[in-house]
Amino acid sequence: MLIGKVIGDVVATRKHPSHEGQKILYVQVLNLDGSARGNPILAVDAVDAGVGDQVLVTQEGWSAMTSVGKPFSPIDMAVIGVIDHVELEQSGRDAVPRVHV
Amino acid sequence: MQIGRVIGNVVCTIKSDPLEGKKLLVVQPLDQNGKDHGKALVAIDAVGAGAGETVYWCRGREASMPWYPDQEVPTEASIVGILDEIHLAKG
Repeated sequence: MLIGKVIGDVVATRKHPSHEGQKILYVQVLNLDGSARGNPILAVDAVDAGVGDQVLVTQEGWSAMTSVGKPFSPIDMAVIGVIDHVELEQSGRDAVPRVHV
Repeated sequence: MQIGRVIGNVVCTIKSDPLEGKKLLVVQPLDQNGKDHGKALVAIDAVGAGAGETVYWCRGREASMPWYPDQEVPTEASIVGILDEIHLAKG
């Protein structure tokens, strides 16, 4: 999964029938430092997220389509969570496994 | 899915049987400002899109789903919607 921020949404009159009634969000995928990671993507909304929300995005097709109850449909990305916060470990040392020869 | 603009089409006389009768369109990916972003690709049309239209497409195994299970269409990119509006938050 990826972390992203909802920057907007889109309206399409002509679309695949499986997309009818789905909210399609425009999401900027982010790096851990909050900077933009590549071009924004479109993802169907499985959790009623909104503009400005930090969200969890799956980019695996089966997960995406089933999260909105649409198996076997052309959906490759979905917003599957609204992130409260991300906690990163600030460890002084890296836990590198010891190698025995 | 990603946003792009249809900038052309591809004609193939000899092609895989399931591609028969399908429209192969050339799509230029766009960024949030509507500017070209990255390289163009070929996608199969599933919604009746045409040149100049702003569309969104789906990639991967899911791209063949519009015709599944009637046909196993060999594609990794399919246009699945034509965009009327893009609402972009400020800032």
